[in-house]
This record gives sequence, structure tokens and C-alpha cells, in this order.
Amino acid sequence: MTTAPDRDTALSRLALTRRLVALLRREEAVVAGIGNTNFDLAAAGDRPQNFYMLGSMGLAASIALGVALAQPARRVVALEGDGSLLMNLGCLATIATVAPPNLALIVWDNGAYQITGGQLAATAAGTDLVAVARGAGIARSAWAHDEATFDRLVAAALREPGPALIAARVDAAPGAARPERDPVLLKDRFMRGLGAR
Amino acid sequence: MDWAEAILASFRERDLCLVAYVPDEVLGPLIGGALADARLTVLCATREEEAIGIACGAALGGMPGAVLMQSSGLGNSINALASLAVPYQVPLLLIIAERGVLGEFNPVQVPIGRALRPALDALGIPHHTLARADEVGPVAGRTLRQCLLTQAPAALILSPLLTGGKERA
Repeated sequence: MTTAPDRDTALSRLALTRRLVALLRREEAVVAGIGNTNFDLAAAGDRPQNFYMLGSMGLAASIALGVALAQPARRVVALEGDGSLLMNLGCLATIATVAPPNLALIVWDNGAYQITGGQLAATAAGTDLVAVARGAGIARSAWAHDEATFDRLVAAALREPGPALIAARVDAAPGAARPERDPVLLKDRFMRGLGAR
Repeated sequence: MDWAEAILASFRERDLCLVAYVPDEVLGPLIGGALADARLTVLCATREEEAIGIACGAALGGMPGAVLMQSSGLGNSINALASLAVPYQVPLLLIIAERGVLGEFNPVQVPIGRALRPALDALGIPHHTLARADEVGPVAGRTLRQCLLTQAPAALILSPLLTGGKERA
């Protein structure tokens, strides 16, 4: 769908994260942005191919682009919140230009900067990140209105040539777990999970 | 061998395969040389911190890279370096065309030029300034070797004495 869902039908971010992880069968890399995005990824089942950002807000898609370029035979997924993506919208133009076929972006839109106290993001006032991504040149950009559509879009993004962007209107439930706050350990584990060291 | 060719030779010697850049006139010969080298993956980022994110991700995937910028770009890079490249110990070579010194014409380039080395020092990122063509090969090669083997970002600052700088807008 290209029209944004209503906020009153927001989906559970944790439930969608669990559905994503359940669809990963080929040691796909997942780069999770700062805050509740990576808290939920940790809760959905830790795996060596998960990379958890502890800072560098906004760079999940850029880091994922780098991983995708380094490992063209592996599918790479970036998980990013709406506030984070708003901080680095230029990455959408770069990704459209480079057009890595093995990269998918998933955007959690709860309309707020949840981790800093729930201040409203521009997405709450009407900025449509799927429209922004399509305008940047990522033609395969869509809203997931329900869990079944999310599953279908993710399965397609993991199978078909990308890049793809999938966005969902999600809740603001507190993240259910925390990754270890040890950057060198997180890096080392991820690199070993990708066979990069 | 000119400075740009010497830097590209150090990339080949150390098997560095990714170059992310933000456009800059002074860096033109290096960007052009990189784009002409089929062995390299070269991409243009919209902003320097984005380029650092891309290069860090590539390094995590086993393909370390260089980020090319002018000195004002370091200002756009601080948090990406401070909260990603430095604490995660990611090998990353910054190549910075120095502005704001030695004949600069634009007053707004001067303050960030003055902040360049103190900012890198505060982040704990080693840096070397290249002013002569004959030192580029050895310094770039050794800096890149250390960056890759010790898993840490490092910076090469290209002086206007080396590159000729930017003469006018």
C-alpha cells in the first residue's frame, strides 16, 4: 500500500519484530537502530547476525548499506525508528542511487521520539516516510497495514531484488530487553556471525 | 607518482576496497582516480556522517574503507566517530582535505580548520598531515596498516602545500 495506515490501528512493534526474525532463514544480517528498535530485536531472539547500535542515531540504514556492499551474497535488513530516519533522510537518496539488491529497510513509525520522552516527530504531523522513500527513488517502498501484509512484504524483500523499504505504524510499548552495552563485544560477535573475522 | 596516485597505491597494497566520499574540489584527483579503479567500490554520500556509517558497515562485513571529506566535513562527522567508529573499534581511514589555512580565501572555513586537529585529538583518532608528495606513499601505507591491524580509525590530513588547496570559489 502507498497510503499510510491510521494511527489508531497501530501494530505491536515487538510482535512485528518477532515476525521478522521468524522469517530469517539464511543468516541474514540485521542492523538495529538506537533505542527501542534494538531493545525489541534483542527481545525477539538474539542472533550472531544482529548488530546493535548504542549511539550514532540515524545511521542504521547507512551501516546496513555498508554491510550489503561488503557481503553481496547475504541479505541485509536495517531496522530504524521514524525519528532516527528523519535524522538521516539523505541515506534514502544514496540507497536509491547505489541500489543494492540485497538491502531492505524496515521503518517503525510511532510518530514520536519514544526514547527521549515521547516528543512528537514530524511523522505525527503528516510526514509520510514511504512517500519520502519513493520520492528519493526507492520504488519498492510500501506500508504494512497489518501483520499478514508485513509478513508478505518482508518475505518478498528477503527473496526479490531490492532495495526495498517497509514501514509500519507501531505502538510505543517499552522495549522488552536490552542488548549488552559493550560495543567491542557487539562488533566482534556480529563480524564472527557474518564470517568477517 | 602524484599524491592521489600514491594514496590509491596504498589502498591497493592493503587491499582496501571501499571509498565513500562527499564531493570536494581539492580531492578531485583522488575521487576521479578511485572512480576509475574497477577494483574499488566508490560511492558518494549526502553527508559525512552517512559516509562514516557506510564505511563502518562495510568494515563490519569484512571490507574496510576510506572516507574522503574536506575539513568542514569533520564537523558533520563527530558523533558518528565518537559513538560508532571509535568505541566499536572499527578500522576506518579518514582522508581530509584541509581548508582554513595557508592562503584560505573563505573566512567561514577558518574556525573548523582550527578545530580539526584538536577535535581528532579529543576523539583519540591519530592523524598525520601530508605536505610533501614524497611522504604520501609511506605515511598513507603505514597509517592504513596500523588502522587495519589495530582496528581503529585514523586520519590523513592533506595540506594545501600538498594539494595546491582551493584557489577561489
